[in-house]
Amino acid sequence: MESTKLLDAKGLACPMPIVKTKKAIGELETDQVLEVHTTDKGSKNDLTAWAKSGGHEILKDEEENGVFKFWIKKG
Amino acid sequence: MTVNLMTAKEVTKKVLNKEELFILDVRNESDFQDWKIEGENFDYLNVPYFELLDGVEEIIEKIPTNKEVLVVCAKEGSSIMIAEMLSDAGITVSYLQGGMKAWSEHLEPVKVGNLNDGGEVYQFVRIGKGCLSYMVVSNGEAALIDATRMTDIFLDFAANIGAKITHVFDTHLHADHISGGRMIAEKTGATYWLPPKDATEVTFNFQPLEDGNDVAIGNTSINIHALHSPGHTIGSTSFIVDKKYLLSGDILFIDSIGRPDLAGKAEDWVEDLRGTLYSLYKELSKELIVLPAHFMIIDELNDDGSVSEKLGTLFANNHGLKIEDETEFRKIVTENLPPQPNAYQEIRETNMGKINPDLDKQSEMEIGPNRCAVR
Repeated sequence: MESTKLLDAKGLACPMPIVKTKKAIGELETDQVLEVHTTDKGSKNDLTAWAKSGGHEILKDEEENGVFKFWIKKG
Repeated sequence: MTVNLMTAKEVTKKVLNKEELFILDVRNESDFQDWKIEGENFDYLNVPYFELLDGVEEIIEKIPTNKEVLVVCAKEGSSIMIAEMLSDAGITVSYLQGGMKAWSEHLEPVKVGNLNDGGEVYQFVRIGKGCLSYMVVSNGEAALIDATRMTDIFLDFAANIGAKITHVFDTHLHADHISGGRMIAEKTGATYWLPPKDATEVTFNFQPLEDGNDVAIGNTSINIHALHSPGHTIGSTSFIVDKKYLLSGDILFIDSIGRPDLAGKAEDWVEDLRGTLYSLYKELSKELIVLPAHFMIIDELNDDGSVSEKLGTLFANNHGLKIEDETEFRKIVTENLPPQPNAYQEIRETNMGKINPDLDKQSEMEIGPNRCAVR
């Protein structure tokens, strides 16, 4: 999936993946897509809830070798 | 203002002393709804940390100034961040060291009573998850029943009181938490007893625990008598210790009874559960002190933090023991059951030795309440 920007948050513990995601998405335009990679297991629930409350859309997520990948469309 | 650290042990003390505490839980809403720190005089505010990244102004007026404030999250990172933000805004707060993970793993040892011929019974209260483990001590020997995976706590406790662990039992194959029984037996050379009917798929060696088995601990007069009491699982076994205590496993709790559906179909075991509670237990002395393997709600704790009650009192007060009509009983224990414990199938497979998740994975699997009862 195409993304405008990639955020590598691997190895970071909560709350940093969300703190960095919030900052990165702030630098995008509406409808642009941010790709986030994280290794924090709590990220999935938290990113999903955060995106929902912020009006963003998680287009896709997958797990590969312990790395969680998300594609978030800025709302 | 400073940010203070509060340990799970300190929070436990507040629960037991019924102290006041204001908990700002910054996990997401579904995690908070699912499971939180329970205390009789605790108040709560749940706002996820990711809603507060731009500032804590909007919640400041909701935080009382006349109560101690504790910020809680899953592991502690987010609670430190929010606690620092509140501190910068002039509010004195603490955060929970290790977060809900530490809360889930904290064990509080409580002495339940003495044995007739010397010796003691200790209960290890896993306050966050509601699991109860037991140590029966006599004449320098100790038996452990339903030990959780925090094995160091049991090993250190036994060492401190100068007791050698010689026997380790599980009342049944647990579905809500990972048993520490096998590891403790390996470390101490103790015998590990399991009910064979629950252990048909187990991949390691164990001593089959049969109805009527008697195991002596230390002094020959202290015995642990096994009583096959199926219903929660097909192999579920109760213990009568020193003719004084009834360790009821997940069959009978203080304010509820065991659910029959975690290892198969509820309909298959409902008759066993009925038979155990309404026939087998009914024949036992009403003076026996029931020591269950779980509590569900904080009201089930006695003032000293222990969880115990006379069997006679339970027959008078526990709703699950007073359903005369068998059809109604069947309906209650098979319909509208609460959600199953988190990851219960994986937990069962771990307890069988079929899978060996790492420690992080184990603690993740055990997140949440035990959910072994039906009320």
